[in-house]
Amino acid sequence: MAKELLEGNAAIAEAAIRAGVEAFFGYPITPQTEVLEHFSKRLPELGRVFLQAESEVASINMVYGAACAGARVMTSSSSPGVSLMQEGFSYIACSEVPAVVTNIMRGGPGLGNVQPAQSDYFQAVKSAGHGDFHMIVLAPANVQEAIDLMVLAFDLAEKYRTIVMFVADGSIGQMMEPAELPPMRPVRPPEERPSWALTGAKGREHNIITSLYLGAENMERVNLRLQAKLKEIAANEVRWKEYDTEDADLLLVAFGTVGRVCQTVVREGREKGLKVGLLRPITLWPFPSTRLGELAEQVRGMLVVEMNAGQMLEDVRLAVEGRCPVHFYGRLGGVIPLPDEILPELEKLDEECH
Amino acid sequence: MATLEIPADMELVYKYPESLTEAHTHYCPGCTHGIIHRLIAEVIDELGVREQTIGIAPVGCSVLAYYYFNMDFAEAAHGRAPAMATGIKRVSPDKVVFTYQGDGDLAAIGTAEIIHAANRGELFTTIFVNNAIYGMTGGQMAPTTLAGQVTTSSPTGRDVKIAGWPIRMAELIGLLPGAAYVTRQAVLDVLGIRRTKKAIKLAFQTQLAGLGFSMVEILSTCNTNWHMGPVEAMEWAKEHMVAYYPLGDTKMTDEVRALTQMK
Repeated sequence: MAKELLEGNAAIAEAAIRAGVEAFFGYPITPQTEVLEHFSKRLPELGRVFLQAESEVASINMVYGAACAGARVMTSSSSPGVSLMQEGFSYIACSEVPAVVTNIMRGGPGLGNVQPAQSDYFQAVKSAGHGDFHMIVLAPANVQEAIDLMVLAFDLAEKYRTIVMFVADGSIGQMMEPAELPPMRPVRPPEERPSWALTGAKGREHNIITSLYLGAENMERVNLRLQAKLKEIAANEVRWKEYDTEDADLLLVAFGTVGRVCQTVVREGREKGLKVGLLRPITLWPFPSTRLGELAEQVRGMLVVEMNAGQMLEDVRLAVEGRCPVHFYGRLGGVIPLPDEILPELEKLDEECH
Repeated sequence: MATLEIPADMELVYKYPESLTEAHTHYCPGCTHGIIHRLIAEVIDELGVREQTIGIAPVGCSVLAYYYFNMDFAEAAHGRAPAMATGIKRVSPDKVVFTYQGDGDLAAIGTAEIIHAANRGELFTTIFVNNAIYGMTGGQMAPTTLAGQVTTSSPTGRDVKIAGWPIRMAELIGLLPGAAYVTRQAVLDVLGIRRTKKAIKLAFQTQLAGLGFSMVEILSTCNTNWHMGPVEAMEWAKEHMVAYYPLGDTKMTDEVRALTQMK
């Protein structure tokens, strides 16, 4: 298929449609409303389910229900709305049903604003809800990657029967750039829904989907099973991209939009004679810790750049384990750091790490 | 289960419903959940839809209902059963879907979900068990606790100036255009139990006919947390609850009424 000029939010929705999403439940919130609007037009014309819910709380529980029924389903929101969904994330994770959620992050805390931000990293990666669990967290840096990761999101959700969060920020959601959509996958017919799903106990024992396990040892067994699955995901699904790292002795670490900005910083840094590379995590959970640990042995220092006060920074430091200095530069509240600001930080790192 | 040989000249008129499992319930002696479970099971058997039914259990005393009903079941977060039911029914329109919810679940934490599901005319059925108290957490004030009623969180009796008034859900939901059949019944005596079963059946028939949202509110007892014997609790509910929560239909569309006239 040829490249077309696509807006990020609409491309995300269309990619999900091409990936065979059967139902979307959501609530309008800037800067992701175009995702919902695209679904509201496209899903009914394809004979699939679109429903605007009364709240994000209802949206995620509709997703939970449809996922229990074995349908390929998703919702989409932005930071304050995602906070409202966290109860549902926890239930979905424990019940082990597949679901995909996108968070087109905006400035916070509180109502914040509608500018692009990355300040929900902790929420997505470390505290998705109550209890011991992680979501798989995918972070694209451009519209093409957003499309590709949406398709992957459904595959991972179903492969591991887990919740996958797709985090982008408002700038990826709102920008237009040329990208290629995948071919249309056929929708799975209802009679091919998984055997664990609630499809009616016809000629089999009744299926129960619950997250309630009374008794400490019972609940511990469930937790151990979930942890084993997370371990398997961590072993198999870490994704990242490297730029000019072969000979690098300085490393930028950044994800999403600012990861893309840092590609320019690498180019400009190289022009100034700095041997700088970039590692851009694509999965925020599982995190590319092993690779960062290796690079910590190679480089003199790292500069983490984020659109928050230093959240992924903690994971980088855990991966580096003190093997090299780790600096941080961040802008808050919806401000995007520009190459002109980042480059001096890189030069400072260069001077301080001999 | 022991099987009985039925003599050729006799007819089996009463049996253990197929729609119930043989698990022993955890409900307190005297609790009315067992009666209501059985009524639902009998109705599902009679309609012949067990193999296409999906139930949703609430958070509350009936949180483990999925062990007792012999059909596919999900367990919802507190109050969210109507949202889950919406998700299930929308992607599985050929299934029969019902939620089983208590008063805290439906009339406090899940008020938004039930009202909007009803208003959208979602094609599922809600069984709403109103016993005017939080049973599972040990007898706290519910949204349906009567004025003056003593609970562990209204130790001097519900003061409506502070806690507001007990909420009449059947009336509230009956006002919504998406609701096709809404009724309040009571399982406090044999007549009431029979009427409740009839109402449950009509609610499921409303769903099967695709006529809109259906809900049966059922006045019931919690003798444990009311600190009464089972019989005394039934009498108390008849005297006090029925006075505030009048029995009968709060919504019946003409199409639903036509169902009652079909044989």
